[in-house]
Amino acid sequence: MRPTVNQPSKHGAGEPAAPHVMSPRALLGTAGALLALTAFTVASSRVNLGEWNVVVALAVACTKATLVALFFMHLRYESRVQAVVVGSAVLFAVLFVAFVVFDTTQYQPDIREAAERIPAKAP
Amino acid sequence: MSGDAAREARADAAAPSPYLAHHFPSMAAQLETSKLGLWLFLGSEVLFFSGLFTAYGVFRANHWALFHYAHHFLDWRMGALNTVVLVSSSLTAAWSVRSAQLGDRRGLLRNLALTLVLASVFLVVKYFEYSHKLHNGVGWGAACHPSAEILASLPDAARALPVPRDLGVFFSVYYVMTGLHGIHVLVGMGLYLWLLTRASRGHFGAGYYVPVDAVALYWHLVDLIWIFLFPLLYLIG
Repeated sequence: MRPTVNQPSKHGAGEPAAPHVMSPRALLGTAGALLALTAFTVASSRVNLGEWNVVVALAVACTKATLVALFFMHLRYESRVQAVVVGSAVLFAVLFVAFVVFDTTQYQPDIREAAERIPAKAP
Repeated sequence: MSGDAAREARADAAAPSPYLAHHFPSMAAQLETSKLGLWLFLGSEVLFFSGLFTAYGVFRANHWALFHYAHHFLDWRMGALNTVVLVSSSLTAAWSVRSAQLGDRRGLLRNLALTLVLASVFLVVKYFEYSHKLHNGVGWGAACHPSAEILASLPDAARALPVPRDLGVFFSVYYVMTGLHGIHVLVGMGLYLWLLTRASRGHFGAGYYVPVDAVALYWHLVDLIWIFLFPLLYLIG
């Protein structure tokens, strides 16, 4: 019996027989988009949008991160198992950061109010 | 069947690769398994850094004005330069995988070397930033006493304000986050040096490029973390 050495493996969902090779156009296009978004995020930070500066900066960063993951890390062409692994890690990282920050901002008004009730001491 | 017998059975098959580990049925299975393992590692890295981003979020929520003041100490031009350097190094890293897959040995060597050079440029820029701050008394925690010289170099809006008592809080966050990221860059440089020595001995080609792919994935994660650090620290503070 011939061992299954050089046959395409049956392991992994939808695994291609040959690996996906990124084209120069896709690679240069991704790098170009990343540089353009970097210029945009620098420019947007020089305009005062108040609290919206954070939102814009994070939205651009998330877009850049998605581009890197999909094309440079060729997640777009991988089996779904890889996407589930990294997707769940990102999901829990976002939950962790968001819940802690929400909690912290939640009681800021109470802290400010309490601080105002304390009489100011002379230095 | 014993391990030796299995190896012999494979040796009889057409063109077995010397890089096929004995516990994998095929090169394709080896590649897929290595990739899954690496993605698990990258997932744990994401969670590892999420602790630091949480610390950043809590400190920023509690000391909003302080963070805005302190970010004037960081030169956004240095940060932007390093962003361009890291994006370029990610491009050469992704291209090194392409070269390996196509069996282009010269292209592989060129892209690996370029990635290594760009990684060192990143650390050189970081070194200038760190040494400028530390020479001017901008340390972390209680060791943050900015010199008159660096205070005079701040933008007008920041110069008019008194130096906040808790300035070191921002710089603790800054040094830990960028420092840990810098350690990742240093590890990446070691890995690229290792890949260069192996590639120069002709180890990689269309049939076997797992290490090139794995290190490139790690390197893209290092780039990803910087993509968040740059705006959060340098741009919005």
